[in-house]
Amino acid sequence: MLALVLYLLIIGAGTGGELCVARAMKAVGEVKDFRPSALLALIPRILRVPWMWAGVALMATAFFSLLAVLSKENVSLVVPVTALSYGAGALGGRLFLGEQVTPRRWAGVLLVCSGVALVIVGRA
Amino acid sequence: MKTSADLHFKTYLLICLMVIFGPLGNVLLGKGMKQMGASSAGPPLGAVGFVFHVLTSGTIWLGIGSLLTFFVAYMLVLSWADYSYVQPASAAAYGMVALLAHFILREVVTPMRWMGVILICCGVLVVGHTPPRTTDRG
Repeated sequence: MLALVLYLLIIGAGTGGELCVARAMKAVGEVKDFRPSALLALIPRILRVPWMWAGVALMATAFFSLLAVLSKENVSLVVPVTALSYGAGALGGRLFLGEQVTPRRWAGVLLVCSGVALVIVGRA
Repeated sequence: MKTSADLHFKTYLLICLMVIFGPLGNVLLGKGMKQMGASSAGPPLGAVGFVFHVLTSGTIWLGIGSLLTFFVAYMLVLSWADYSYVQPASAAAYGMVALLAHFILREVVTPMRWMGVILICCGVLVVGHTPPRTTDRG
Protein backbone atom coordinates (compact mmCIF):
# COMPACT_ATOMS: atom_id res chain seq x y z
CA MET A 1 0.00 0.00 0.00
CA LEU A 2 2.81 2.40 0.93
CA ALA A 3 4.61 1.52 -2.30
CA LEU A 4 1.44 2.36 -4.28
CA VAL A 5 1.19 5.77 -2.59
CA LEU A 6 4.86 6.42 -3.33
CA TYR A 7 4.44 5.43 -6.99
CA LEU A 8 1.43 7.78 -7.25
CA LEU A 9 3.51 10.58 -5.73
CA ILE A 10 6.39 9.90 -8.14
CA ILE A 11 4.05 10.06 -11.15
CA GLY A 12 1.59 12.76 -10.03
CA ALA A 13 3.94 15.15 -8.27
CA GLY A 14 6.74 14.48 -10.76
CA THR A 15 4.63 15.24 -13.82
CA GLY A 16 2.92 18.19 -12.13
CA GLY A 17 6.35 19.58 -11.24
CA GLU A 18 7.63 19.18 -14.79
CA LEU A 19 4.57 20.94 -16.17
CA CYS A 20 5.11 23.83 -13.77
CA VAL A 21 8.80 24.05 -14.72
CA ALA A 22 7.87 23.98 -18.42
CA ARG A 23 5.45 26.85 -17.87
CA ALA A 24 8.06 28.80 -15.92
CA MET A 25 10.73 28.35 -18.62
CA LYS A 26 8.29 29.46 -21.32
CA ALA A 27 7.74 32.61 -19.22
CA VAL A 28 11.52 33.18 -19.00
CA GLY A 29 11.93 32.84 -22.77
CA GLU A 30 14.33 31.01 -25.09
CA VAL A 31 17.88 30.71 -23.75
CA LYS A 32 20.38 31.65 -26.48
CA ASP A 33 23.54 32.42 -24.52
CA PHE A 34 25.14 29.34 -22.93
CA ARG A 35 28.21 30.96 -21.40
CA PRO A 36 28.45 30.13 -17.67
CA SER A 37 28.11 33.80 -16.71
CA ALA A 38 24.96 34.14 -18.81
CA LEU A 39 23.50 30.96 -17.32
CA LEU A 40 24.25 32.22 -13.80
CA ALA A 41 22.58 35.53 -14.63
CA LEU A 42 19.55 33.54 -15.70
CA ILE A 43 19.00 32.08 -12.22
CA PRO A 44 17.44 35.20 -10.61
CA ARG A 45 15.06 35.57 -13.57
CA ILE A 46 13.97 31.94 -13.22
CA LEU A 47 13.53 32.24 -9.46
CA ARG A 48 11.19 35.20 -9.90
CA VAL A 49 8.64 33.00 -11.68
CA PRO A 50 6.21 31.48 -9.12
CA TRP A 51 5.59 28.44 -11.34
CA MET A 52 9.22 27.45 -10.84
CA TRP A 53 8.81 27.30 -7.05
CA ALA A 54 5.67 25.21 -7.38
CA GLY A 55 7.48 22.92 -9.82
CA VAL A 56 10.53 22.49 -7.61
CA ALA A 57 8.35 21.69 -4.57
CA LEU A 58 6.41 19.06 -6.50
CA MET A 59 9.56 17.56 -8.03
CA ALA A 60 11.23 17.42 -4.60
CA THR A 61 8.22 15.46 -3.32
CA ALA A 62 8.57 13.06 -6.25
CA PHE A 63 12.35 12.82 -5.70
CA PHE A 64 12.10 11.74 -2.06
CA SER A 65 9.35 9.29 -2.97
CA LEU A 66 11.74 7.89 -5.59
CA LEU A 67 14.50 7.55 -2.99
CA ALA A 68 12.16 5.65 -0.67
CA VAL A 69 11.05 3.26 -3.43
CA LEU A 70 14.62 2.72 -4.68
CA SER A 71 15.64 1.48 -1.21
CA LYS A 72 13.24 -1.45 -1.63
CA GLU A 73 12.88 -2.13 -5.38
CA ASN A 74 15.26 -2.70 -8.30
CA VAL A 75 15.99 0.41 -10.35
CA SER A 76 15.21 -1.46 -13.58
CA LEU A 77 11.64 -1.91 -12.28
CA VAL A 78 11.11 1.47 -10.60
CA VAL A 79 12.24 3.71 -13.44
CA PRO A 80 10.15 2.10 -16.22
CA VAL A 81 7.05 2.28 -14.00
CA THR A 82 7.50 6.04 -13.87
CA ALA A 83 6.84 5.98 -17.65
CA LEU A 84 3.16 6.16 -16.69
CA SER A 85 3.87 9.86 -16.32
CA TYR A 86 3.65 10.05 -20.14
CA GLY A 87 -0.11 9.66 -19.84
CA ALA A 88 -0.28 12.29 -17.13
CA GLY A 89 2.10 14.45 -19.14
CA ALA A 90 0.00 14.31 -22.31
CA LEU A 91 -3.12 15.20 -20.32
CA GLY A 92 -1.33 17.96 -18.44
CA GLY A 93 0.21 19.31 -21.63
CA ARG A 94 -3.26 19.62 -23.12
CA LEU A 95 -5.05 21.05 -20.08
CA PHE A 96 -2.27 23.08 -18.46
CA LEU A 97 -0.05 24.18 -21.34
CA GLY A 98 -2.64 24.32 -24.13
CA GLU A 99 -0.80 21.82 -26.34
CA GLN A 100 -2.64 19.79 -28.95
CA VAL A 101 -2.49 16.08 -28.13
CA THR A 102 -3.25 14.30 -31.40
CA PRO A 103 -4.60 10.71 -31.69
CA ARG A 104 -1.13 9.67 -32.84
CA ARG A 105 0.36 11.05 -29.66
CA TRP A 106 -2.24 9.23 -27.56
CA ALA A 107 -1.38 6.02 -29.45
CA GLY A 108 2.22 6.51 -28.45
CA VAL A 109 1.20 7.01 -24.84
CA LEU A 110 -0.81 3.77 -25.00
CA LEU A 111 2.28 1.94 -26.30
CA VAL A 112 4.27 3.32 -23.40
CA CYS A 113 1.68 2.19 -20.87
CA SER A 114 1.64 -1.29 -22.47
CA GLY A 115 5.40 -1.43 -22.12
CA VAL A 116 5.09 -0.50 -18.46
CA ALA A 117 2.60 -3.34 -17.94
CA LEU A 118 5.09 -5.77 -19.51
CA VAL A 119 7.85 -4.50 -17.26
CA ILE A 120 5.69 -5.12 -14.19
CA VAL A 121 4.59 -8.60 -15.36
CA GLY A 122 8.19 -9.44 -16.21
CA ARG A 123 9.39 -8.67 -12.71
CA ALA A 124 11.97 -11.26 -11.71
CA MET B 1 19.71 34.95 -36.45
CA LYS B 2 19.17 31.41 -35.30
CA THR B 3 18.68 28.89 -38.07
CA SER B 4 16.55 25.81 -37.77
CA ALA B 5 19.73 23.71 -37.84
CA ASP B 6 21.10 25.61 -34.85
CA LEU B 7 17.86 25.07 -32.99
CA HIS B 8 17.90 21.34 -33.72
CA PHE B 9 21.58 21.05 -32.80
CA LYS B 10 21.24 22.61 -29.38
CA THR B 11 18.02 20.70 -28.75
CA TYR B 12 19.64 17.34 -29.56
CA LEU B 13 22.76 18.24 -27.58
CA LEU B 14 20.81 18.98 -24.42
CA ILE B 15 18.58 15.95 -24.91
CA CYS B 16 21.75 13.81 -25.15
CA LEU B 17 22.89 15.22 -21.81
CA MET B 18 19.47 14.37 -20.36
CA VAL B 19 19.59 10.80 -21.69
CA ILE B 20 23.09 10.24 -20.25
CA PHE B 21 22.83 11.90 -16.86
CA GLY B 22 19.21 11.05 -15.99
CA PRO B 23 19.68 7.24 -16.01
CA LEU B 24 23.16 7.53 -14.53
CA GLY B 25 21.74 9.51 -11.61
CA ASN B 26 18.97 6.98 -11.03
CA VAL B 27 21.39 4.05 -11.10
CA LEU B 28 23.82 5.76 -8.72
CA LEU B 29 20.95 6.59 -6.35
CA GLY B 30 19.75 2.99 -6.54
CA LYS B 31 23.26 1.72 -5.77
CA GLY B 32 23.67 4.20 -2.92
CA MET B 33 20.33 3.32 -1.34
CA LYS B 34 21.09 -0.40 -1.62
CA GLN B 35 24.45 0.16 0.08
CA MET B 36 22.67 2.10 2.81
CA GLY B 37 20.16 -0.69 3.31
CA ALA B 38 22.94 -3.29 3.52
CA SER B 39 24.92 -1.31 6.09
CA SER B 40 21.97 -0.71 8.40
CA ALA B 41 21.19 -4.21 9.62
CA GLY B 42 18.90 -4.13 12.64
CA PRO B 43 15.99 -1.78 13.41
CA PRO B 44 14.72 0.49 10.61
CA LEU B 45 16.35 3.92 10.35
CA GLY B 46 14.53 6.93 11.77
CA ALA B 47 14.06 10.08 9.72
CA VAL B 48 17.27 11.69 11.09
CA GLY B 49 19.30 8.53 10.55
CA PHE B 50 17.89 8.25 7.03
CA VAL B 51 18.90 11.81 6.13
CA PHE B 52 22.35 11.35 7.76
CA HIS B 53 23.06 8.22 5.76
CA VAL B 54 21.89 9.86 2.54
CA LEU B 55 24.11 12.92 3.09
CA THR B 56 27.23 10.85 3.89
CA SER B 57 27.05 8.57 0.85
CA GLY B 58 29.41 9.55 -1.97
CA THR B 59 27.47 7.40 -4.42
CA ILE B 60 24.24 9.23 -3.58
CA TRP B 61 26.00 12.60 -3.99
CA LEU B 62 27.25 11.51 -7.42
CA GLY B 63 23.69 10.50 -8.24
CA ILE B 64 22.37 13.85 -7.08
CA GLY B 65 25.04 15.63 -9.18
CA SER B 66 24.05 13.64 -12.25
CA LEU B 67 20.37 14.38 -11.73
CA LEU B 68 21.20 18.07 -11.23
CA THR B 69 23.01 18.12 -14.59
CA PHE B 70 19.99 16.42 -16.11
CA PHE B 71 17.68 19.01 -14.56
CA VAL B 72 19.67 22.01 -15.83
CA ALA B 73 19.71 20.60 -19.38
CA TYR B 74 16.02 19.86 -19.04
CA MET B 75 15.15 23.41 -17.96
CA LEU B 76 17.23 24.99 -20.71
CA VAL B 77 15.69 22.90 -23.49
CA LEU B 78 12.20 23.64 -22.15
CA SER B 79 12.83 27.35 -22.68
CA TRP B 80 12.35 26.85 -26.42
CA ALA B 81 10.96 23.34 -27.05
CA ASP B 82 7.50 21.96 -26.23
CA TYR B 83 7.10 19.85 -23.11
CA SER B 84 5.39 17.19 -25.22
CA TYR B 85 8.46 17.13 -27.48
CA VAL B 86 11.07 17.09 -24.73
CA GLN B 87 9.35 14.45 -22.60
CA PRO B 88 9.62 11.68 -25.24
CA ALA B 89 13.35 12.33 -25.40
CA SER B 90 13.71 10.20 -22.31
CA ALA B 91 12.89 7.09 -24.37
CA ALA B 92 16.55 6.18 -24.79
CA ALA B 93 16.94 6.70 -21.08
CA TYR B 94 14.70 3.71 -20.31
CA GLY B 95 16.90 1.44 -22.35
CA MET B 96 19.98 2.95 -20.77
CA VAL B 97 18.59 2.32 -17.27
CA ALA B 98 18.08 -1.35 -18.12
CA LEU B 99 21.63 -1.57 -19.49
CA LEU B 100 23.15 0.18 -16.49
CA ALA B 101 21.08 -1.92 -14.06
CA HIS B 102 22.20 -5.09 -15.85
CA PHE B 103 25.90 -4.28 -16.20
CA ILE B 104 26.61 -2.07 -13.17
CA LEU B 105 24.10 -3.15 -10.52
CA ARG B 106 24.08 -6.78 -11.71
CA GLU B 107 20.29 -6.80 -11.48
CA VAL B 108 18.30 -9.49 -13.26
CA VAL B 109 16.51 -7.99 -16.28
CA THR B 110 14.15 -10.64 -17.67
CA PRO B 111 13.40 -10.94 -21.42
CA MET B 112 9.83 -9.77 -20.77
CA ARG B 113 11.13 -6.69 -19.03
CA TRP B 114 13.47 -6.02 -21.96
CA MET B 115 10.43 -6.30 -24.26
CA GLY B 116 8.59 -3.81 -22.06
CA VAL B 117 11.48 -1.38 -22.26
CA ILE B 118 11.54 -1.74 -26.07
CA LEU B 119 7.78 -1.14 -26.23
CA ILE B 120 8.15 1.95 -24.07
CA CYS B 121 10.84 3.26 -26.42
CA CYS B 122 8.62 2.58 -29.48
CA GLY B 123 5.69 4.39 -27.88
CA VAL B 124 7.78 7.36 -26.96
CA LEU B 125 9.23 7.49 -30.49
CA VAL B 126 5.68 7.60 -31.89
CA VAL B 127 4.91 10.49 -29.56
CA GLY B 128 8.15 12.14 -30.60
CA HIS B 129 7.12 12.09 -34.28
CA THR B 130 4.15 14.35 -33.62
CA PRO B 131 4.62 18.11 -34.20
CA PRO B 132 7.18 19.38 -31.69
CA ARG B 133 5.45 22.72 -31.19
CA THR B 134 1.67 23.00 -31.09
CA THR B 135 1.30 26.30 -29.27
CA ASP B 136 1.70 29.67 -30.97
CA ARG B 137 3.96 31.44 -28.57
CA GLY B 138 6.54 34.00 -29.67
